[in-house]
Amino acid sequence: MSILIDQQTRVVVQGITGGEGTFHAQRMIEYGTKVVAGMTPGKGGTTHLGVPVHNTVADAVRLEGANAAAIFVPPFAAADAIMEAADAGVGVIVCITEGIPTFDMIKVKTFLQGKPVSLIGPNTPGIISPGKCKIGIMPGHIHKAGTVGIISRSGTLTYEAVQQVSQLGFGQSTAVGIGGDPIVGLKYIELLKLFNQDNGTDAVIMIGEIGGTAEEEAAAYIKKEFRKPVVGFIAGQTAPPGRRMGHAGAIIAGGKGTAKEKMEALEAAGVHVAVSPADIGIKVRDALK
Amino acid sequence: MKIHEYQAKQILARYGVQVPRGEVADTPAKAAEVAERIGPRVVLKAQIHAGGRGKGGGIKLAQTPAEAEKIARTMIGMTLVTHQTGPEGKTVKRLLVEEAVQIQRELYLGVVIDRAREAAVIMASTEGGVEIEKVAAEKPDLIFKEYVHPGTGLLGFQARKLAFQLGLKGETFKQGTKFIANLYKAFSGSDASLAEINPLLITGQGNVLALDAKMNFDDNALPRHPEIVEMRDLDEESPLEVEASKYNLNYIKLDGNVGCMVNGAGLAMATMDIIKYSGGMPANFLDVGGGVSEEAVTNAFKILVSDKDVRAALINIFGGIVRCDMIAGGVVKAARELGTQIPIVIRLEGTNVEMGKQILRESGLAFYTADGMKEAAEKVVGLVR
Repeated sequence: MSILIDQQTRVVVQGITGGEGTFHAQRMIEYGTKVVAGMTPGKGGTTHLGVPVHNTVADAVRLEGANAAAIFVPPFAAADAIMEAADAGVGVIVCITEGIPTFDMIKVKTFLQGKPVSLIGPNTPGIISPGKCKIGIMPGHIHKAGTVGIISRSGTLTYEAVQQVSQLGFGQSTAVGIGGDPIVGLKYIELLKLFNQDNGTDAVIMIGEIGGTAEEEAAAYIKKEFRKPVVGFIAGQTAPPGRRMGHAGAIIAGGKGTAKEKMEALEAAGVHVAVSPADIGIKVRDALK
Repeated sequence: MKIHEYQAKQILARYGVQVPRGEVADTPAKAAEVAERIGPRVVLKAQIHAGGRGKGGGIKLAQTPAEAEKIARTMIGMTLVTHQTGPEGKTVKRLLVEEAVQIQRELYLGVVIDRAREAAVIMASTEGGVEIEKVAAEKPDLIFKEYVHPGTGLLGFQARKLAFQLGLKGETFKQGTKFIANLYKAFSGSDASLAEINPLLITGQGNVLALDAKMNFDDNALPRHPEIVEMRDLDEESPLEVEASKYNLNYIKLDGNVGCMVNGAGLAMATMDIIKYSGGMPANFLDVGGGVSEEAVTNAFKILVSDKDVRAALINIFGGIVRCDMIAGGVVKAARELGTQIPIVIRLEGTNVEMGKQILRESGLAFYTADGMKEAAEKVVGLVR
C-alpha cells in the first residue's frame, strides 16, 4: 500500500514545456507515472513528450481526468499555479519550485482552507510510492517498494535515507518531501495520520532540520496516538544561530528551532533518534526487529 | 537580507511610520553639520548589522555640534564589539545622527511571520528596550499578540486592542494605532521577515516614535524589491560569503578546519553534523544545489579551498540522476587549476559512480574516495589529526 499517490494517480504537469518541466516530466513518464496532460498557458492544443498540453488546469481535469498536479513554474508564478490547480479540483498538488516568497505562501494556505486538497511542498523533491507513481525530481532507481514510510524537509538527505533502508533490504511505502520553506502544505502530522492508517506502512522515518516547531508538534502527536515505530534524524546539530542554512526555513531564530530541542522532543515521544545521519537505516532495522 | 538601522528608518518613514529626524554621516564634519541643522543636542549611533550597540559604546549623546564632531571622530573607524558581533567586532563606517528626544516610556513593537500559525503576527509589549526573547521567557503575559489575516490585512480593532494593551491614551493612543497600522503596511509592502521597533518611544510630549528600528527581508521576495536589494552592505558580510553568493552558492563560514562541499541543504547540514560526530569540526556550510552542475562544482571548490583554515575537505555528492563522472571531472579540473595541496575525501552517489571514482583515482591528485557518509567523515577527520 501507499499514501496519497498510486497507480490510479493521473498527473498534469504545470510548466511541462519549460526546461525543468520537460526534463523531469520525461523521467516521471519513464518511471511509469501516468502523466496524462501538460499545462502551459497559450500552448493548449499542442502535444509535448507525447502528452496533450492544455491552457488551463481545469481543461486537464475535465478532458484528461487529471487528479494530481506537478508544478515546475518560476517562483513568482508558482503561488498562482498552486491555486489554479486547487480551484480546478486537483486532489494532490506537488510544487517543486524553490524560491516562492513567504507572503505568497500565506495567501496560498488561506486559499486552500476548506478545499479537499493535499499540497506537497513547495521547495520539495516531491513524493514517490515506489513501483507505482513518482511525482517529483528524485532518482527513481534508488527506491524500492516496501513498508517504510518517509517524511522529510530535505531533498538529497532523503535520498541518503532511502538508499540506507533500501540497502538493508527495506523498501518504502511512500516517501514524501514536505519542503524546506518556512510555510509549506502538508506537514508531519497530516502525513503521520495517513501512515498510521496505511496497512502497507510498518515504520516511519522522519527527517527534520533546524527552524520552526514542526518537529516538536509532530512529537506531541506521535506521543498521543501514533502506533508504529518512528525513526528520527534532525539536520543542523552544528548549525550556527541566526544563519539561514540553504533552505529558507532552516534558521535558528531568537534561540528557538535548534536541533537539540527537536531531538529531545522526539526522544520524549518515544522516537528512535539517530544522532549520526549514517545510522538512519540501522535504526529502522532495529526498530522493526 | 539584513539592512542598517538608518535604512530601515528610511523605509518606515516612506510608509508613514514616525521616526526621529536624523541623517547618516560618514565623516565627523558631516556629523557636525547634521547636528547644526537638527540639534543642537543629537545622538550618534554606530551603523553595524548587530544589536547591543549601546553597551559596546556605539551610541553616544552630544550636547553641541562641536561635541558631535569630536565624538564622531572617535566612533568612525572604531571596532565595535557587542554580544552579537563576536569577539572580532565590526568596523563602524557610518553614524546615524539623530535629534535627541525626551523619553517618557519605552515600549516594544514587532512584526514577524509565525510559522506555526502561517500568518504575520504583531507583538507589542510594555517592556521596551530589552530583548523580546528575554521578556517572552520571563514575563510572557506582558507580550500581546494580534495575528493578521492575509485577506483583510491588519484590522482597525486589532491596532486599537494593542494600543489599549500598551496603556496609550488620548492623542498618544491615536498616534499609536496609526503607528501600528503603518508598521504592518511597511512589513507586508516590503516582504519583510522581521520589523522590530525596540524601543518604541513615547516622548515627553506624548508623541509615538521609533527610537530604534530593525528590518530583515525574505530573500525569496527580493527580486520584486530592487530598492531594498540596493541597500545590501557587502562590508557586513564575510568576503568568501560574498564571493559564493555571486555564483548562487549557499556558503557559511564556521570555526572548524574540515571543509565540506555538498549538494542539497539538508545533506550539507547532515555532513557537518557527521564531521563533528566523527570527532572533527566543520569549517563551513556549502550547498552547491540539489541539481549540481559541473560549473557549480568548480566554483564551489574554489571557494572551499580558498579558506585558509581548511586542512582537509570532504566532498559529499548524492547525485541521484546526476552523472558522477561529470562531477568527478569538475573536481579534478578545479583541483588542477588551483594546484591545491589539501587532502580531499570524496563520496559520490549516482549514475556512473564507478566511472567517477576511476577518474579521481587516475588523476594523480590527493583524492581519497569513500563509500557512504560514515567512512567519508572518518577518513577526512583522520586526515586533519
